[in-house]
Amino acid sequence: MHLPVTHQAPAASPSFYRRRPVSGAVGRAEGLRRDDSAAWLAALRGPAAVREEAIAELHDLLLRGARYELNRRRHTLGHVPHGELADLATQAADDALAAILAKLDTFRGASRFTTWAYKFALLEAGVRARRRAWHGREVSLRDDEWSPVLDGAPSAQQVVEANELLEAIRVAIRTALTPHQREVFAALALNGVPIDVLAERLNTTRGALYKTLHDARRKLRASLADAGFDVATTTTLGGGS
Amino acid sequence: MSDEPTTRDEIAKLLGPAGPEVSCERCFELLDQYVDLELAGEDADARLPGLRAHLDGCPACREDHESLRDFVRLQSSSG
Repeated sequence: MHLPVTHQAPAASPSFYRRRPVSGAVGRAEGLRRDDSAAWLAALRGPAAVREEAIAELHDLLLRGARYELNRRRHTLGHVPHGELADLATQAADDALAAILAKLDTFRGASRFTTWAYKFALLEAGVRARRRAWHGREVSLRDDEWSPVLDGAPSAQQVVEANELLEAIRVAIRTALTPHQREVFAALALNGVPIDVLAERLNTTRGALYKTLHDARRKLRASLADAGFDVATTTTLGGGS
Repeated sequence: MSDEPTTRDEIAKLLGPAGPEVSCERCFELLDQYVDLELAGEDADARLPGLRAHLDGCPACREDHESLRDFVRLQSSSG
């Protein structure tokens, strides 16, 4: 199964948070120290003029974070016009700011306030970057288009064992997983579809898809163990998003 | 040593972490704390168990973590 490509161009949105002159206590929030969480909270909960200035300063930081993230991913966004990237950064900063203000009371001080705030901007920018990079690309949910890497293992015996395990995984994918688990596993683990892209195409969330992937992996491990393979200690680090 | 992925890497990537891991939502909740602990030289994995395993299994959250760690480090070094 292949999901249709998305044709709708990402919409640009004006920012409502650009710094502008304010009257009254102008500048009281200006120059907030990045590591002074209490000062940030006080300013963001302060009188209107102070709060407005703090929001503008926070938006500047979030925009810097969003630009950093998009620049970090420029190898996947080379075809995207500069103006559109600027819009994506602004949208990410705007949405991050809205999320931060809505969740301000959940900040418990386990980290610096700015670290807490930056993660919203980087997440928003990262999700947008992944989706923009895959804009117009087909997403495959098929499990039969996968070509695993077959490297030269140190010994012929190890090559044989790896091939046996790969074949057992192919069988387990088809016999142990539900159709939904198989499609999600195929897209994410076999075909390298970014989870945020799949979430958008399936109208769901990253968390829901990862839960499905996690359950599928557990079933595969159990199936492989039942077949006599020792996968209990196999650990992972790899794959793009 | 080659940096090319091996069959073993491929299999490990497919099967994901063997141990307990947090969810994507919990990972996002804890990510700022994890990064500040890391950058302070503390044992973030011991303080927040299950998060490293999730980062190993979830490429998107892993990228978010690397970006946040590197950006905070950059901001700290630039004053």
